[in-house]
Amino acid sequence: MSTTELFESAEVPTIDTSGTLGRSPWQLAWARLRRDRVALVCGAFIVLLGLVAAFAGPLSKLIGWSPTQQDRINGLTPDGLPAPPSVHHLLGTDNLGRDVLVRVIYGTRVSLAVGVAAAVAAVLIGVIVGLIAGYFGPAVDAIVSRLMDVVLSFPFLLFAIALVSVVGPSELVEIGVIAFFSWAAVGRIVRGQTLSIREKEYIEAARSLGASDRRIMFVDVLPNLVAPVLVYTTLLIPVSIVFEATLSYLGVGIIPPTPSWGNMISDAQDVYQQAWWFLLFPGIALIATTLAFNLLGDSVRDALDPRTERLFAK
Amino acid sequence: MALLEVRDLTVEFPTTDGLVKAVRGVSFEVDSGETLGIVGESGSGKTVCTLSLIGLAGGGRRGGQALFRGQDLLTMSADELRAVRGAGIAAIFQDPLSSLHPLYRVGWQIVEMIRSHEDVSKAVARKRAIDLLGLVGIPQPARRVDDYPHQFSGGMRQRAMIAMALALNPDLVIADEPTTALDATVQAQVIDLMVRLQKEFHSGLIMITHDLGVVADIADRVLVMYAGKAVETAELDDVFYHPHHPYTKGLLESIPGASGTRGKLRPIPGSPPSLIRLPSGCSFHPRCRYVMDRCLTDEPPLMDVGAAHRSACWLPATLSGLAEGTEAQRMKVAEAARSEDTPVAEGES
Amino acid sequence: MIEDTPQPPAGTRPADDDLVRATGVVKYFPIRRGIIFKHEIGQVRAVDGVDLTVRRGETLGLVGETGCGKSTLARCLTRLYPLTAGQVVFDGTDISTLNRGQLRPFRRDVQMIFQDPYGSLNPRRRVGSIIGDPFAIHGVADGAERKRKVQELMELVGLNPEHYNRFPADFSGGQRQRIGVARALALRPKLIVCDEPVSALDVSIQAQIINLLESLQDDFGLTYVFIAHDLSVVEHVSDRVGVMYLGRLVELAEVDELYRHPHHPYTVALLSAAGTPDPNKARKRERILLTGDVPSPIDPPSGCRFHPRCPKARDRCSVDDPVLMPGTDRRPGAEPTGDGHVTACHYPVLPGEVLAGRT
Repeated sequence: MSTTELFESAEVPTIDTSGTLGRSPWQLAWARLRRDRVALVCGAFIVLLGLVAAFAGPLSKLIGWSPTQQDRINGLTPDGLPAPPSVHHLLGTDNLGRDVLVRVIYGTRVSLAVGVAAAVAAVLIGVIVGLIAGYFGPAVDAIVSRLMDVVLSFPFLLFAIALVSVVGPSELVEIGVIAFFSWAAVGRIVRGQTLSIREKEYIEAARSLGASDRRIMFVDVLPNLVAPVLVYTTLLIPVSIVFEATLSYLGVGIIPPTPSWGNMISDAQDVYQQAWWFLLFPGIALIATTLAFNLLGDSVRDALDPRTERLFAK
Repeated sequence: MALLEVRDLTVEFPTTDGLVKAVRGVSFEVDSGETLGIVGESGSGKTVCTLSLIGLAGGGRRGGQALFRGQDLLTMSADELRAVRGAGIAAIFQDPLSSLHPLYRVGWQIVEMIRSHEDVSKAVARKRAIDLLGLVGIPQPARRVDDYPHQFSGGMRQRAMIAMALALNPDLVIADEPTTALDATVQAQVIDLMVRLQKEFHSGLIMITHDLGVVADIADRVLVMYAGKAVETAELDDVFYHPHHPYTKGLLESIPGASGTRGKLRPIPGSPPSLIRLPSGCSFHPRCRYVMDRCLTDEPPLMDVGAAHRSACWLPATLSGLAEGTEAQRMKVAEAARSEDTPVAEGES
Repeated sequence: MIEDTPQPPAGTRPADDDLVRATGVVKYFPIRRGIIFKHEIGQVRAVDGVDLTVRRGETLGLVGETGCGKSTLARCLTRLYPLTAGQVVFDGTDISTLNRGQLRPFRRDVQMIFQDPYGSLNPRRRVGSIIGDPFAIHGVADGAERKRKVQELMELVGLNPEHYNRFPADFSGGQRQRIGVARALALRPKLIVCDEPVSALDVSIQAQIINLLESLQDDFGLTYVFIAHDLSVVEHVSDRVGVMYLGRLVELAEVDELYRHPHHPYTVALLSAAGTPDPNKARKRERILLTGDVPSPIDPPSGCRFHPRCPKARDRCSVDDPVLMPGTDRRPGAEPTGDGHVTACHYPVLPGEVLAGRT
């Protein structure tokens, strides 16, 4: 028996909540999140990324290069290799003599747009399907759950490559592919949560008052799903960003010459021994972004469901 | 010297919200063959104050002294404490599954428990395990000894846990709400068993419970806890028929069928206080009908109010009991010692 | 009276005195296995043929141990569950086969109070909105009027109306139970089913809620079905008490009669087992220790379901399923007693009789 179990089995002291009275669980979570330094740093970084993505055009003007513009003077070394970081190109150039910094900035735009859009789409589908599976009893659940199992057992890379070679690559197709392979995982989580919420006494109370299924789903079940879904969305965004990078790397995502971190890394792999910067900077951008979202997701989870509250609030 | 002597025990838990003062200076003793009932509501500190003695209070800071056979439990090393646990002091919990591992056979667990403390062969230990299961009333113990915990019913699991607690013939048994999760008829079986076994083994027993019915059945002496303090301690009958502390009295007047109710329930107003921000003075004063001015500032210590009867209340020592006359006197004394603006707890609906 | 004919308890009262009349209520829960194609491998016979009436204005207590079916029966009476068989007539209307839409008007008249003051309130919603739920669902009052009504209710149950905008987490267990009471009271129902309303509360708080429920009953002429496993609480609040065992009602009587002269051996054992918070009474009491545990409701014993644990069981009990009958005299042609005390037992315990197994 662990000490936590023991302490939980022991009586739990009442905690004075004065000062928090009348504040919604969201307000309390927000207050906790604001006290979390990691969350603040990650959040600030993500906001910065958003700004960079939004102002990619003006930024590239400021730097003086467009993402597809080849520098015919300083872009390549006499050997035809990418030029190292210099006053002309702060982060060096790529194999076609384009500015790596500008391309990483434009890549941010693609990564965030595709990553966030795909994650949100996946969450929307997952919540609706999971809610239906969890709420409407065993028969519906059996069918929908099997459907989710089928989606989850698809060899998604193979499928993605095959699909794109048929319909041709585009950003929308990429978002669709990522969402299609992500929603089932959300659906499963939402289904599980719904199943457990459905057994709560307050749902029975609503039934005994004569509430309709729609009212119960939207007024009683959904607000209790927001916390887990919010956490999962934050954690799904970096997964989608990596997914996007993977597809672009494989050449079935963003079509060159539009830059994305994935196709930059792909282009860099032939010359990285001579031009480390070409691989390093998009790589750093990808890792830092993924890390920031993951850490923020952890913080959001802690803020929404702090263990201390579970120990003492009962 | 008593078997267990606890002096001025304190247990505190640091949390993000502040310091939880779970136990605030509690003293009691238990002798061999004696049953002490510790009564209190959730958050009164009744569980923490006993489990912390054997190192089972998860991260609490402990202070004071707890002499078990003359040795201080609070200063023992983890190894010394492990040796005491089991052979010297055994614990029984509300949830038997917290002590019985679900993946091992019941008999094997008892055998391991015996063999970790005593140098006996597996066969001897197994024989003892079967005897113990029979002793606690498990039918066909020789067969059931190889069952897994999930194959036992709730009552049988509780019995198995009692068997495990008794395996090493401990001097002291701490039972934490052992019957709360059980149905009435099974609860009666388990209480009967505990009373019988205690007589047989002449061990000391601490029965922690919120259920005054269980206490009336089993205890020799009673310690009433409120907000981390002992507020009253006395012989069984004195607690039930001559309570001195208003909290004890309030409990007896608010439980249907208890000695104080006589058909009409008189609830204690309000709720128990936060253990982080305790009321000033006597921590019961915001809920007390007999609040006096000094209750707001001075915390009453346990004082003698009769033979072997102590209470932590500023009311005169003579005012014990549930009689109407005493009640009138109590009101009079309290009113006299109260200024105009001192708030008095009102009874509810 | 002819043996084996079930008699309605005390047939002298006018019929419209009964708010709820349940006959032969059966509720089985299927046990299903299988991943894609679920097949039934058994049934939990939670309630297995219960006849019961609830009179207007009374408090009917239901006691019994885990798995006796008392909570399931309550949910059948309120039609939170569909019945497997049997009939429930509420206020003259047969509600046993109504669908969800048809049940809506009935939902205004019947409310429930739940056991868990933490689980029965949605943690993400404000208290005002929770208590206002009945108004919102039945479209009774809107906006400012709803708020005023909710605040009146809060005041009525002893909550501060200014705490309208707080969340359940801001309240203690006892206060949360008051919130549940306020919600149940909102539409002025005829019947409130209280499912273990105080068992999750601290002892010093229990009495507050019991007293609140009693005074509300007086003020609004409510009828209660009060389910609890604590026999002292049930004795305190009830006018009549029914004892359940393994899906059956085994005894029903006026509260004092039942507690003083129990007829069914199970009732006798249950009463003797219950803790008494009074040492003198505890010392005087003779405990009847039943052997073993309650059998599984999936595969209940044949005949009388109590027979494997009964100190009075004879051969007949394992074959012949007893029905509720008045009095203790089981001879053909015995005079029926008129006090409404009924027992499902072939060999009821007679006054002064000593059951085996006393300690």
